[in-house]
Amino acid sequence: MDSKQISSSEELNTNVESKKRKLVVPGEVIVSGDDYLPGEGARRDGKDVVAGRFGLAEELGRVVKVLAITGAFIPKRGNVVIGRVVDITFSGWLIDIDYAGSGFLPLDESPRFVSKSDMDQFLAIGDIVVAKIWAVKSKGIDLSLQGGKGLGKLEGGFVFRVPPARVPRVIGREGSMVAMIKEKTGCTVTVGQNGWVWLKGPTVDAEIKARKVIEFVADNVQLEGLTEKAEEMLG
Amino acid sequence: MIQRNSGRKADELRPMSAKVGVVPNADGSAMFSFGDTVAIAAVYGPRQLHPQHMQDPSTGILRVNYDLLSFSVYDRKKPGPSRRSQEISKVTQWALEPVLDLKEFPNTVIDVQIYILQADAGTRTAGINAASLALAHAGIPMKNLVCSVALGKLDQDIVADLDKSEEDFEGGEGPTDFPIAKIGTGNDFSLLQLDGKIQPERVKEIISLADVTCKQIYEVQKKALKEAFQ
Amino acid sequence: MSSMAISNQTIESFKKMFSEGKRFDGRSLTDSRELKIEYNVSNKAEGSARVKLGKTEVVAGIKLQVGAPYPDSPNKGNLMVSGDLLPIASPRVEMGPPQFTAIEIPRLVDRAIRESSMIHLDKLVITPGEKVWTVIIDIYPINDDGNLIDAATIAATAALHNAKLPALDENGKIDYHAPSTGKLPLREGIAPITVSFFKLGNSIIIDPTREEEEACDVRVSWGVSIWNGKHVINSCQKSGAEIFSASELEHMMKILPNKFNELSEKLKSYL
Repeated sequence: MDSKQISSSEELNTNVESKKRKLVVPGEVIVSGDDYLPGEGARRDGKDVVAGRFGLAEELGRVVKVLAITGAFIPKRGNVVIGRVVDITFSGWLIDIDYAGSGFLPLDESPRFVSKSDMDQFLAIGDIVVAKIWAVKSKGIDLSLQGGKGLGKLEGGFVFRVPPARVPRVIGREGSMVAMIKEKTGCTVTVGQNGWVWLKGPTVDAEIKARKVIEFVADNVQLEGLTEKAEEMLG
Repeated sequence: MIQRNSGRKADELRPMSAKVGVVPNADGSAMFSFGDTVAIAAVYGPRQLHPQHMQDPSTGILRVNYDLLSFSVYDRKKPGPSRRSQEISKVTQWALEPVLDLKEFPNTVIDVQIYILQADAGTRTAGINAASLALAHAGIPMKNLVCSVALGKLDQDIVADLDKSEEDFEGGEGPTDFPIAKIGTGNDFSLLQLDGKIQPERVKEIISLADVTCKQIYEVQKKALKEAFQ
Repeated sequence: MSSMAISNQTIESFKKMFSEGKRFDGRSLTDSRELKIEYNVSNKAEGSARVKLGKTEVVAGIKLQVGAPYPDSPNKGNLMVSGDLLPIASPRVEMGPPQFTAIEIPRLVDRAIRESSMIHLDKLVITPGEKVWTVIIDIYPINDDGNLIDAATIAATAALHNAKLPALDENGKIDYHAPSTGKLPLREGIAPITVSFFKLGNSIIIDPTREEEEACDVRVSWGVSIWNGKHVINSCQKSGAEIFSASELEHMMKILPNKFNELSEKLKSYL
């Protein structure tokens, strides 16, 4: 599991337990007073701290921020994403990572030597891959398969999408949610920061169950006791 | 004071309803209605902008498409964009842009699709309200919601939210259609259009009516967003 | 929803899953999703309906216009089916010239409805040889979660049942403010439906979700109705570059009447 994923999942879990968490709309006053500092998704307007987007507002000490619960994936350096190969060029692979700009995986970022004539043996069009974002540029996003466990082509299984803003909850605190789902279903699961989830299980039934629970968690991030409810579904 | 066909008071809006999440495929979506005028809006993006030469490396851009479904009006509208729909798309874009902060999304586009299912005047304003909700629902960074309503004048009387029968009013100085949009509950206007006859000194009445009505619209929008996760 | 196309691995997994007769949402291969119908999408239309098949949503509206008959059918009204894939319904739909699906859906709906003889076109004559009613069905997908064609046909059939004839004034123009002169003349008991079969590997499924539909290689849509108390096929189209075998056709013909009855029952409960 990528360390970036763990830190953001801890973040959201703290919020879930915080009693001050509330749903706010853009422009809504969250708190008043000079003591507060606007964090991510919030801004100061005179005496007030107001929401800069729709989401869950929370106070962490003096800092007030608004966590997105909806919206498209916004790539950041270090994110681990799941993408689909859409084209092969002479110097690398073009990867759809479900964001505005396609990702590019240069040939020399593959984990082992791949000759130019055998590129489609390693990654063919339509294949799925777990990759790390190492640069977000105006021209596009650069990907790498080096420097991380679990990066590379995914063999078998299938991918489906959850709303990217729900990924931290699907992963759970220190990866607890996804670990529970893996353990109880026997499936291998990789959650990309871009909302794409790869799943492969011992049986079709195990895969069906694992997906059902993951989608339930993603659809119900606001529920109290979500872990217990997911556990119940897993039986 | 003119008796309105609907029996409404001069400053009274038609019943409003709003709901977000009406297009599950979209990144954000909403329905907004004023009486018999029903608009739906869906937001897709930020996503890749084609052609590439339209990309702006300093910010994401907003692209709005407004249209009537062919059976939303009595005389069937031929499918495809018209001059009217292109103009409304553009003024809607201008009405929404002031609240958006798209610097986080360079080279991308946010597409807003607005369709009118049933038209009974005020379609652009219902469309702006739906689009504002859909953008918020899509998690786009926004300073505030945009609240829009068609104000106007029937002969000498300033009224809010004209319906189709009022737009067709014939008497005295006739009908004046004055659609506006405001940034949240503040004092800033982001849409101004007008057709008809109104004296400059009466515009202050429009301004105060805008204030009262947009506050009501804001509450309906806010409620719809808060109900999205119940 | 995402704009990312389906991956090779996902297609293979669907193949395996379907061969075991299973689907992610717990349905059997030939189960349909829940069907819901609402009316009065637009009170400016002569009839309108909203159909939801799971998360797929399609709206259809009926407009009536006064026009000239076609020279080869001077004593019949006209039928026109139109529609568009709006970019609201899916991130895949781009603005610009119509994609083939946008053309195919109205054509398939047109044939299913026209050939079923559901509409009494000969009762839509205003002045024989001169003026007739033109029935225009406009179909718009609002959310594409697969199987738009079957949802579109149900929406069109439901909207037609909901449609009324507008009144004409003394100049022969439509007077929308006068009360309707009655329902659109339809033949009793005829409510065409399309049943589409999708094939992946050796499995045949009904009513796919978006991702299932993308995994599938080929589709065949059958327009079905009741004629003289019996099931009849009114229209058919195979879409896609794969083949169906003779035994697969026979398999479909066994399922078709029951599937039609099941969907028909649901549709009729809303008529």
